Amino acid sequence: MSLKRIGKQTVRFEKPPSIIATSTIVGPKEGEGPLSKYFDTILDDDIIGQDSYEKAECKMVRDVSNDVISKAGLKKELIDYMLAGDLLDQIITSSFAAREMEIPFFGLYGACSTMTESLSLGAMLVDGGYGDNILCVTASHFSSAERQFRFPLELGTQRPPTAQWTVTGTGAAIVSSDGQGPYITHVTTGKVVDFGIKDGNNMGAAMAPAAAQTIYQHFLDTGFEPKDYDLIITGDLGNVGKELTDSLLKKKGIDILSRFKDCGIEIYDQNQQDIHAGGSGCGCSASVFCGYVYKLIKKGELNRVLLISTGALMSPTSSQQGESIPGIAHAVTIERMVHGIV
Amino acid sequence: MTAKEKEQKEYQDLVKQKNIKSNMLKNCIYAFIIGGLICDVGQFFSNLFLGKGMAPDEAGTCVSVIMVFLGAFFTGLGVYDNLGKFAGAGSIVPITGFANSIVSPAMEFKREGYVLGVGAKMFTIAGPVLVYGITSSVIVGLIYYIIK
Amino acid sequence: MVLFSDYLRAFVVGGAICVIGQILIDKTKLTSARILVIFVTAGVILTALGIYEPIVKFGKAGATVPLPGFGYSLAKGVIKEVNEKGFIGIFTGGVKGTAGGIAAAVAFGYIISIIFTPKTKS
Repeated sequence: MSLKRIGKQTVRFEKPPSIIATSTIVGPKEGEGPLSKYFDTILDDDIIGQDSYEKAECKMVRDVSNDVISKAGLKKELIDYMLAGDLLDQIITSSFAAREMEIPFFGLYGACSTMTESLSLGAMLVDGGYGDNILCVTASHFSSAERQFRFPLELGTQRPPTAQWTVTGTGAAIVSSDGQGPYITHVTTGKVVDFGIKDGNNMGAAMAPAAAQTIYQHFLDTGFEPKDYDLIITGDLGNVGKELTDSLLKKKGIDILSRFKDCGIEIYDQNQQDIHAGGSGCGCSASVFCGYVYKLIKKGELNRVLLISTGALMSPTSSQQGESIPGIAHAVTIERMVHGIV
Repeated sequence: MTAKEKEQKEYQDLVKQKNIKSNMLKNCIYAFIIGGLICDVGQFFSNLFLGKGMAPDEAGTCVSVIMVFLGAFFTGLGVYDNLGKFAGAGSIVPITGFANSIVSPAMEFKREGYVLGVGAKMFTIAGPVLVYGITSSVIVGLIYYIIK
Repeated sequence: MVLFSDYLRAFVVGGAICVIGQILIDKTKLTSARILVIFVTAGVILTALGIYEPIVKFGKAGATVPLPGFGYSLAKGVIKEVNEKGFIGIFTGGVKGTAGGIAAAVAFGYIISIIFTPKTKS
């Protein structure tokens, strides 16, 4: 009998772990966006002296991991697990970064939902008594993602208005048993949801059903209401996906619009930067949460946040074989204070 | 239809409804202008060679070679994709676009080596063009031969 | 004046063919690779049916520079070779007619890609 499960998909922690430190590194385009002052490091270019974009992405993960560990006042040897994933085949970015980190490693694949996937599992490991300090990190890189999923950089194609821009960015967090918050109090794990969207240029539409399902189930399981949260922020639904998620939730009687934001929309300036529907990629929710949202919680401007990273679980092969695009969304509740603990 | 299928169909209709359409008229105008201009460049070289007394077939081949070179060169310089952003089909359909589709993956996959990187990836997009073009020419040839 | 009409005709015909491509891009989910395949094959078939030749006569480079023009060269090449060499022409004709374009594409493609490196998009 699992004692900590509430409802169908949610877990409530007995001893909520704290996110004791975060760190972010983003590319130049993200550094020109409205959230630039919240990021720890803004790169001058996205190759950072490496031989390939893949190697650059890997270096970003190594650097951000080392930085977050030192910001937490810890050493590599004190980190019990590293939970990491990315968009590349066989998650080479994470695996090769883990090679340098020498920490027991669980590689994850949740596409762009990896940030909350890793925070969920990290929190479960801590609350379950399996570790005291967990490194949760994920990254994405525009150029490495383009060459894997879409087109070569120099190809003269036109992107439709629903297309999104993969964020070059990484975010890392240390989830710990010993801290003063912000606390991870609940985790709602998503199911894979596929409503038959095949258009790879409209990922927002592909992922919206999963986001809506997880958010709906979260409220059902916990008994919370949208007004219990200061901010409900999804990973990378973009303009189109955000509207669709809102519609789907309204159909089920839940209205989150007044406190609903999306990392993909927040990270870029829609008017000045040419990004169409918004940002996407693992690094999107990772950098926006670990940079912007986390800092706002620490400052006291936000008290309770529901973070829902969203992922599209397809590959070039599945799309070419005519499959539709399944989505998944994992939600974590993050609170500045919990009862009895300040 | 099951309830699930109905839900999915309703959703797909909703997606179509909320779909942001690109401005087709604007795109077509740009495609027309850029496509037309690229063809004029070809016309310039064609007139040049015919003026020098070259046979029409040879002149045609020379124009193809030059246009392919220009497409490849501007792809290398990194400007052809900027053109493609607003010109769309105006830069894809001319033979310069064919050259762009060869050079861009070749440049991209250089990091995977010259044989399996550059050599193989050159044809990811242009390959189908050659396969279908040459095969249809063989079929046409066969039909023509039979009819003759 | 003759020259100007050349350029105008090439502009209009070439532009029109590109507009057809643009409509396909905007209205369907076809990627650029599929559009190129459709245009080349259409060029071969239309030439074989005798429809493309008048377009070439009128539009000149406006009909030969876009990808259906590549199909035009393929079809013309194969017909010529079948006329001159018979059966073997079925196989040699198409490639012979476009030999220059193909060799240029392969060779320039290779040379340019080893000299230059892709730049990130902004």
